Amino acid sequence: MRDYTIFIPEYIAAGWAILVIAVELFFPRVRRDYLAYLTALGALVWGISAFFFIGKTPQSFQGLIQSDNFTTYFRLLAAGIVAAVSIMSAGYMRTKTKTAAEYYGLLLIAGCATVYMAAARELITAYISLELLSFCLYILVGYLKRDARSSEAALKYILLGAFSSAMFLYGMSLLYGITGTTSYDGIAVALADRGDSTNAGVVVAFVLILAGVGFKVSAAPFHMWAPDAYEGAPMPITAFLSTLSKAAGFALILRLFSVALVVDAVEWRWAFATLAAITMTAGNLLAIQQSNLQRLIAYSSIGQVGYMLITIAAIGYGDSQVGLNATSGLLIHIIGYVLSTLALFTALTAYHNKTGKDTVEGLRGLAETQPFLALVITVSLFSFAGLPFFAGFATKLFLFQGATTDELLWLVGLAVLNSFISLYYYLMIIRQMFLFDPAPGTVKFKISPVMWVLGAGLMLGVLFIGVYPGPAFKAAENAAKPLFEQVEPSGAARVP
Amino acid sequence: MTFDEGQGYAVLATLAAPLLAALIILFIPSEKKMAIRVVAAFFAAVMLGLSIYIFAAYQAGGDQIQMTLKWVWVENTAFLGKDGITLHLAVDGISAPMALLTGIVAFAGTITSWKLNYRPKDFFILYFVLIAGVYGTFFSFDLFFFFFFYELAVMPLYLLIGVWGSTRKEYGALKLTMMLVGGSVLIWVGIFAVFHEANLGTFDMQRLFAAGNDGTLSPTFQKIFFPMICIGCGVLAALWPFHTWSPDGHMSAPTAVSMVHAGVLMKLGAFGIIRLGIQMLPVGAEFWMPGLMVLGIIGAVYGATAALTQRDFKLLTGYSSVSHMGYVLIGLATMNQIGVTGAVLQMFSHGVMTALVFLLIGALYDQAHTRDLKDFGGITRVMPVWVVFYTVAGLANVGLPGLSGFTAEFHIFVGVFRAYPVFGGLAIFAAALAAAYMLRMFAIVFFGPFNIRWKDLKDLTPLETMAGGLLIGSIVLMGVWWAPFTDRIGHTVAAIPGVIG
Repeated sequence: MRDYTIFIPEYIAAGWAILVIAVELFFPRVRRDYLAYLTALGALVWGISAFFFIGKTPQSFQGLIQSDNFTTYFRLLAAGIVAAVSIMSAGYMRTKTKTAAEYYGLLLIAGCATVYMAAARELITAYISLELLSFCLYILVGYLKRDARSSEAALKYILLGAFSSAMFLYGMSLLYGITGTTSYDGIAVALADRGDSTNAGVVVAFVLILAGVGFKVSAAPFHMWAPDAYEGAPMPITAFLSTLSKAAGFALILRLFSVALVVDAVEWRWAFATLAAITMTAGNLLAIQQSNLQRLIAYSSIGQVGYMLITIAAIGYGDSQVGLNATSGLLIHIIGYVLSTLALFTALTAYHNKTGKDTVEGLRGLAETQPFLALVITVSLFSFAGLPFFAGFATKLFLFQGATTDELLWLVGLAVLNSFISLYYYLMIIRQMFLFDPAPGTVKFKISPVMWVLGAGLMLGVLFIGVYPGPAFKAAENAAKPLFEQVEPSGAARVP
Repeated sequence: MTFDEGQGYAVLATLAAPLLAALIILFIPSEKKMAIRVVAAFFAAVMLGLSIYIFAAYQAGGDQIQMTLKWVWVENTAFLGKDGITLHLAVDGISAPMALLTGIVAFAGTITSWKLNYRPKDFFILYFVLIAGVYGTFFSFDLFFFFFFYELAVMPLYLLIGVWGSTRKEYGALKLTMMLVGGSVLIWVGIFAVFHEANLGTFDMQRLFAAGNDGTLSPTFQKIFFPMICIGCGVLAALWPFHTWSPDGHMSAPTAVSMVHAGVLMKLGAFGIIRLGIQMLPVGAEFWMPGLMVLGIIGAVYGATAALTQRDFKLLTGYSSVSHMGYVLIGLATMNQIGVTGAVLQMFSHGVMTALVFLLIGALYDQAHTRDLKDFGGITRVMPVWVVFYTVAGLANVGLPGLSGFTAEFHIFVGVFRAYPVFGGLAIFAAALAAAYMLRMFAIVFFGPFNIRWKDLKDLTPLETMAGGLLIGSIVLMGVWWAPFTDRIGHTVAAIPGVIG
């Protein structure tokens, strides 16, 4: 049945994107930061409309798109990220560019794309939403076209992104050739009918798909683009890349691998376990050597992706109960990670707006000159490292505990060891801020009240998840449930 | 509300007081240093009062776990079943004296820090967070919260030492933090494994203790994971050869942090070995105890030998701490009632006497700006009270009858001779070395020719005398009237599976 109502939140978001662009078209002299607040308001309305979908019976649009708790979870997440990033951008973009409406419009469109990556139950739909997100991000990364670093980053990102999309597409076409369908349910049935024999075509298809999505979430060894893109992109877009695009990538991976490909888990689960091990180790070891903050965060977020990939391996190794546990852990970890990253970038952007610096050395003596920013940065870094009171402790514990099975205990151990390594370079940043006096000539400064409120709000969120994770964990479990129970087995539409 | 529940709120209040203090200080402007100090001292006094109450209220003949407070935190979600994570606070015969120790040392540390003038606001916030972590670990009967508070106690140390410390503070702070968190890695993996293996869907430690006892955690599993947890916690208890952070860390740390760190924090490690190791994995503990005994003996002898050659006051105390924590591990490794009781006694005794020593070293260093033993001589002439206090602490260290050290070490030695007579001699040898390094220090610093450079040294301030007096009172109390301690500790130790009478 064609039920168009399941798209209502995205009608709002996409419509609002056009509205934002139109405002600047008709009022070219509007202050750029008002556009940012308008976008944030739009994201807020979008998020509120998504609330009405919580707990509703899953609805499918022609078997292509599924609106269930999983989708709604990512709706709320995407709306929150878009709101925070647009507020964060207000001061930054005001000074750097003359026109900003497309920037804010694209933030909302990218949010919609994320939702459809979570909602897709069919390969072509998944691919189109993935490309929609990627195209938004290519433009956003290169938005400061007069800045050579930004253009360079965008070019690298486009080239490698196109390459990875091609691999993903090739893997999909192989899968279609083997199973004769692009719908997730159909693929699951066809793979199950295929029997136990190992088919080289299936393995190649899985590996190509894995490489494609690996690129998108920047898993090592497909991570090369991430540090350059993170460094060159406008700072709020770096936050956007490391939160929204990763969350979206995992949304797609989760539904694809837990619904369509889980029947053939034997063929790919080892690859995910290996990928997770390489990614977390490479990310954390390379992060130690970085002096640019954005590059350092890029590598640290690669390490975080490594932890998250454990979940996909656990879905492959365990039964559906293990899959549910691990996915719940991953979903709450994503919330904690997103909140911490946004808080960190709010502080870094506020700092950059005032001082123009973006190196680790540049943070020297921040505890004296701007204690609030130093506090926010410390809280988010400690949260990444998984120290108690902050989100990272509880969410990492849930993530790793959920993924602990007899086969994967070694991987969980490696992950804990890695978060220990990560503490070292986080402490190096904290050392600059607290242990050293400010460089001569630097004075105390104030930050704009908007950034103060945003930073404080995100920090409180980090603390709330860290101290009382119950409600968020329950929500994560409810979001994960649809992936691990059969939904409308007969309603699946086959693409001819 | 039952009586027990009401007492549970006393436990909660003890845990909440330092957090509340940190929160209130956060909102006091940093220029108002006196207000910050008053708030800090007030809450430290409240904590001391509550700790004394908890210690006194624990009934040695009653239930094992008293003053229980249980709030469900997260349950029936994903892998968490009923009572998945609960804020389960309670006191048993081991945590009661530990809470008392924390109250005493934290109070003494707070009033010793009265004269601290460099960023006192930040200092006290971090200091109280640390204290909250310590209390939380002692009171938690839920694995999630146990580890939560355990890590919380380690977290502020980097900044406390790095910002307010002295000699090579960055190195000491980093080494200490990385080694302690490195130990936590092992504990963390151990927790995941235990939760998965027990498959009860709960982090509640009472149920996990039962699982360790009735074979739900298989003997093979326990034998594999006990060393992991024991080493993980052992790092914090300065288990040889993972003790190297301790002398460096103590040397760099500011006075109050040294006091709390050596006084209480190192006990968390030994406490972790009791809770997560002996109580949760009894079969593994029994299997590995000879190994722990060997490491403990090496630590005790090695620490004492190293202390013999030190010239820096704090390094000397740091190594003597390694030696004394070695006794704690020896006591635990005996696995008989008198030995384990002695270990807990030693945790208390070492806590108060080391806190006193660090307080005194701080008082001297603040004026003299050197801690080299060879620089001093004949200090008795200018600082008589200081010398008397130091002598008491030093003699307690050596194990003079009538002071706390004797009570504790006597219990431990009896236990060792029962379990492993061969090692008993070595343990006593370490105690003899303790006498040697203490008396050597007394001779160099207190007596000997008076160095005219120190004619202007002032004796202890009234506040320091008060803090020191409190610590000395505890040392003497435990030395002459140990029944309140041994009753409570023995009551719980007797109920630990695997511990023989």
